[in-house]
Amino acid sequence: MTVPKITVVGGGLAGLMATIRVAESGVPVDLFSIVPVKRSHSVCAQGGINAAKNLKGEGDSTWKHFDDTIYGGDFLANQPLVKGMCDAAPAIIDLLDRMGVMFNRTPEGLLDFRRFGGTLFHRTAFAGATTGQQLLYALDEQVRRFESEDKVRKFEGWTFLSVVLDDSGVCRGICVMDLKTMEIRTFPCDAAIFCTGGIGAIFGRSTNSVVCTGSAQSALFQQGVYYANGEFIQVHPTAIPGEDKCRLMSESARGEGGRVWVPKQAGDARRGKEIPESERFYFLEEWYPKYGNLVPRDVATRAIHKIVFELKMGLVGEPAVYLDVTHIPREVLDRKLEGILEIYEKFVGVDPHVEPMKVFPAMHYTMGGLWVDNEHQATNVPGIYAAGECDYQYHGANRLGANSLVSCIYGGMLAGPAAVKYSHGLESGCESVPAAIFERERVRQQDITDALLNQHKGTENPITIWREMGDIMTENVTVIRYNANLEKTLVKLDELSERFTRINLQDRTQWANQTLNFVRELGNMLILARVITLGALARNETRGAHYKPEFPERDDANWLKTTKASYDGGKIILNYEPVDTSLLPLRERKYTAKS
Amino acid sequence: MAEKTFIVRIKRQQRADESVRWEEYELRYRPHMNVIICLRDIAERPFTRGGVESTPVSYDANCLEEVCGACAMLINGTARQACTALVDDLEKPIRLEPLTKFPLIRDLVVDRSKMFEDLKRTYCWIPIDGTYNIGEGPRMAPAVQEKGYPLARCITCGNCLEVCPKVNSNDSFVGAAIVSQVRLFNMHPTGAMHSAARLDALMGPGGIAECDNAQNCVKACPKGIPLTESLAAVNGQVLVHAVKSWLRGE
Repeated sequence: MTVPKITVVGGGLAGLMATIRVAESGVPVDLFSIVPVKRSHSVCAQGGINAAKNLKGEGDSTWKHFDDTIYGGDFLANQPLVKGMCDAAPAIIDLLDRMGVMFNRTPEGLLDFRRFGGTLFHRTAFAGATTGQQLLYALDEQVRRFESEDKVRKFEGWTFLSVVLDDSGVCRGICVMDLKTMEIRTFPCDAAIFCTGGIGAIFGRSTNSVVCTGSAQSALFQQGVYYANGEFIQVHPTAIPGEDKCRLMSESARGEGGRVWVPKQAGDARRGKEIPESERFYFLEEWYPKYGNLVPRDVATRAIHKIVFELKMGLVGEPAVYLDVTHIPREVLDRKLEGILEIYEKFVGVDPHVEPMKVFPAMHYTMGGLWVDNEHQATNVPGIYAAGECDYQYHGANRLGANSLVSCIYGGMLAGPAAVKYSHGLESGCESVPAAIFERERVRQQDITDALLNQHKGTENPITIWREMGDIMTENVTVIRYNANLEKTLVKLDELSERFTRINLQDRTQWANQTLNFVRELGNMLILARVITLGALARNETRGAHYKPEFPERDDANWLKTTKASYDGGKIILNYEPVDTSLLPLRERKYTAKS
Repeated sequence: MAEKTFIVRIKRQQRADESVRWEEYELRYRPHMNVIICLRDIAERPFTRGGVESTPVSYDANCLEEVCGACAMLINGTARQACTALVDDLEKPIRLEPLTKFPLIRDLVVDRSKMFEDLKRTYCWIPIDGTYNIGEGPRMAPAVQEKGYPLARCITCGNCLEVCPKVNSNDSFVGAAIVSQVRLFNMHPTGAMHSAARLDALMGPGGIAECDNAQNCVKACPKGIPLTESLAAVNGQVLVHAVKSWLRGE
C-alpha cells in the first residue's frame, strides 16, 4: 500500500502528541476536534507534571515514581506500562522544555519542582498554576507548525459519531458531524487514535469542561471496543462548588504548603481568618502525619466527607472545609499559584491571599476508560487506538496528582507510532474499501439524526434528563458506594433512558444546532453511566477511589482484576482479566503511618 | 414570597445572512449565577418572556473557568468571557450579543479561526528538531520566565481584537494577541534564533505598523496580559530588524 492515512480524534495533550509523532514520521494526519484544539480540556490542568528528575538532592528515582504510582493506585494498574511511563517522564519534561513551555525556574535557571499528593519527593514540574494550559499550548504550536507544512489537516468544530467498520470488523474510517452545517460525513483512514478525554458530564457538575461527555468512548463501546475499570472515578478533594461546574483548586496549593482545616468547635460561625490557630483542626495532618495535606486524593476526599457528614464538623451554612494559603508569602503565591487564586477570587469574590478558601470534593477524573493492550495503546478492535484520560491504563484504582499530564503525553507518544506501524502492515489500505461500506455507516448515523429531528411529539427536555442523571450519579456513584443505592441508580438510569426516547429536540434547524449534538451525546452518556454503575455494583471490595463501607477491605483474592465491559445487542456484559503485577509485590496501602 | 427574577436580552440570528431579532427571557435568580447558567436555564426552558417558544441559544463555552477562551461575547456591550460574568455584578437587564469583529455563525457563536491562522502566519512556535530524546532544553533565567509566562497565558479569546479600532473590515491589523505571542517566542532562547521570520511577517500589511496605540486591548484582556508593553516591544524589534535588513542590503 501507499502512504497510510491516520486519523486522530481529540486535540488535548494526548491527541496532539499522537499527531506530532505521526506527522514527524512522514505520515499525514487528519485531526478532528469538537473545539479548536487550543481550547481542549487539558487547559484546565493546573498543578504540574510528574517526572523523577531528582534535581533537589532527595534521592528520587523513576523507580520511586513507579512505586508511588502503583501504590497510590492500590495495585490495580498493569505495572510494566506504568514503569515505562515513569522511566520516560524525565525525557518528556525535557522535550516540553525544548518546546518552550514556560516552566518555573530555580535561580540557576533549571526547572523547579514542587511536591504533590501521594509522594514525599519534589517531583512535579510546573508553569505557575496553569501547567496543563502551558503544555497544551506548546503541543498546539508544534501541530500548527506541521499544519503549515501541510502534514496535518485540522477539522475543528466536528464531533465524532462512530467508526466505519468493514465486514471483518476492522476500522476503516470515522463518521463525524460538522457542528456548523450539521452535515454527516465519513472519512477513510487506516487507523484511528482516540484521545477524547474525560467523562465529567455524566456526573452533571464536575471539574471537567463542557466537552468532556465520554460520548465518543460510549459510541466506540457500543461498536465493540471494551471499556475497562469504569467504576474507578476520582473525586478531587478541593474544588469550589458551582451550579454550572465545580472549579478545581489544585493540589499544588497544598504542595506549596496550603493546609486543610475546620474549626475545632462544630458550628463556629466566625470567619475563617478570625479563628485562632489553636482552635483549628488540621484533620489531614493529624490523621496522616507522614503525608499530611498531601495524601492521595481518594484519601483526602473521604476524610473531608467524614468531617462534613459523619462528624458534622463542616463549615457553617454549607458542606465545605477550609483550604488555607494565607500563611504563604504573597510573593510565592503570585509566582507559583496565581492562576488558581485568580479563579477563586473571580468566581467567589473573596481574596484567598487573606481569607481561607472554602472547598469541597468534586468529580474530577476517570481512571477507567477504553480498554487498550499493555504495549501499544491498541484497543481490541483492529485499527482503533486510544490514549489519554479516555484509556484505562496507568492509574489503577486512583490517580496521583500530576500523573495525568505525563500519562496523556506518554500514551500519545506510544499510540502514534503504533498506529503507523499497524497501518504499514495492512494488506490493503482504506482506499481499497468499497464506498458502500462508508455509505452504510453514514446512512445509519443520518437515520439517527433524522429520527431526532422528525420527532415532534417529544415532551422530555434534554437538560432536565442530563441534570437528573448527573444528580443520581454524583449521589450514589462517587465517594461512597452502597449496593442498594447502586441498584436504585440503575433503575433511575432505566427510567431516564426510557424518557430519552421521548425527547423534545426543541431545535430542528440544520445550522449550528447545539441541541442536536447535545442530545446525541446524552444518549451515549446514559449508556456509559450504566457501565460505570454496573462495574461499581459488581466490585464488592474497597480499592483506591472505589469505597464500599459494606466491603471495607481490599480483596486481592477475588478482585485483583481489571473490569472489562463489553456490549452485546444492547446488553452490557462484565468480564475480568488479571492485572500484570510482575514488577512490584502487593502490599497493604496505608497512609496513616507516622514515618 | 414572589421569586426573585431578572431579565436577559439576547441578540439572536440564525445565520449571518438572516435577520436579527432580540429576545427577552425572565430567569429565576439564584446566588452565584453567571451568564453560562443563564444560557443553560434558557436551554432547559426556551420560552421568551412573552411566552413564545424559541430555541436554545447557540453559544461557545468549554472550561467555564476562563482558561480556554471559548465563551467571549459582548455582555452589556463589553467584550468579555461569559463564565466569569457574574449576574450579581451585571446591570439588568443583561444584554448579550456576539462579538462583532469576527464572522457570525449563529446567535452568540462567531468564527475566530482568523486568530489561529495569524499564529501560523507569524511562526508562533519553537522549531524543535524532533521529539526524540536529545537532552534538556536551554537554561532560562527566572526573570525571563517571569516575563514570558504571563504572555503565555493568552487564551486567544479575541476580546483584544474586538475592542481594537484597527481591527475592522478596512484595516487588517493582526491584533495585540498575536503581536504579544511573537514577543513571547522571540524572548525564548531557541525561539530568538528565528525571530527574523516572525518580524518579517509583522512588517507587511496587517503588521505592527497598523497599531495606532488606542490601548483598548490591554483593558479588555481577561488575563491581564501587558499587551501594550508587547506592542511597544515588538514595534522596537521590527524597527531594529528593518534597519539591519536595510544595512545588509536585503
